[in-house]
Amino acid sequence: MEQWTMVIAPLAGGLIIGLAAVGLLLLNGRIAGISNILAGLLTPQRGDGFWRLSFVLGLLAGGELLQVLYPQALNVSHPRSLGMVASAGLLVGFGARIGNGCTSGHGVCGLARRSRRSLAATATFMLSGIVTVYLTNHVL
Amino acid sequence: MKELSAFGCGFLFALGLGAAGMTQPAKIINFLDIAGNWDPSLLFVMGGAVTFGFICFPLVLRRPAPVLDDGFWLPEKKRIDFRLLSGATLFGVGWGLVGYCPGPALVSLVALTPSVWIFVIAMLAGLGSGRWFVR
Repeated sequence: MEQWTMVIAPLAGGLIIGLAAVGLLLLNGRIAGISNILAGLLTPQRGDGFWRLSFVLGLLAGGELLQVLYPQALNVSHPRSLGMVASAGLLVGFGARIGNGCTSGHGVCGLARRSRRSLAATATFMLSGIVTVYLTNHVL
Repeated sequence: MKELSAFGCGFLFALGLGAAGMTQPAKIINFLDIAGNWDPSLLFVMGGAVTFGFICFPLVLRRPAPVLDDGFWLPEKKRIDFRLLSGATLFGVGWGLVGYCPGPALVSLVALTPSVWIFVIAMLAGLGSGRWFVR
């Protein structure tokens, strides 16, 4: 059981994520970076909005299927105040916009493209995430 | 067709995130908590996704064009600058505070939990306001 949740499921999930990213590059020629796909939707250019919207709808449809087949996957309960949740959302959105990407764009696609910028970004947000969790869990 | 393929890839992406445990913020926080009850599983997620992409991306990019478009849309920036690193730093702080990054947060909207909706609305506000800083 331990091995399943710690190694096999994450590895299989990772391969599926990789497959989806390769599929979007092969078919649409696009990078599967969620924050950039969303950012483009906020200021849609002519003819550029529909594939973005479809990708987001695909994410939501996948979420629905998870909800039906494997509801534990969407276990969202976490002991954080709503103010903290809102601040975190702002930081994630703002940071991804000025840093040109998030965990998927830099962490998956960027590393797969051997981009030095993405490697720097991934190392940076991993480190600042680790420091943040250290402070919230062990210091404050 | 481009819409259909994008929908399919988004759908698959969501299933991958769910199977991998990325949609469970507690797991993300435990991964980042190297001084506590460390959960290494995110390393396997990244390992699987990046290894697969690392092998397949160059093969795909050998084609003159993707299947459904006239050319590839790839980032052109090469320089590691202050904006990239400060953005990634802020992103990591938000990620560490609640354990959501953009993809898993969107997928989790269907659970209809108020906190996820608040996160996503705030995230969209952040994405939108960041626009004034990127030009």
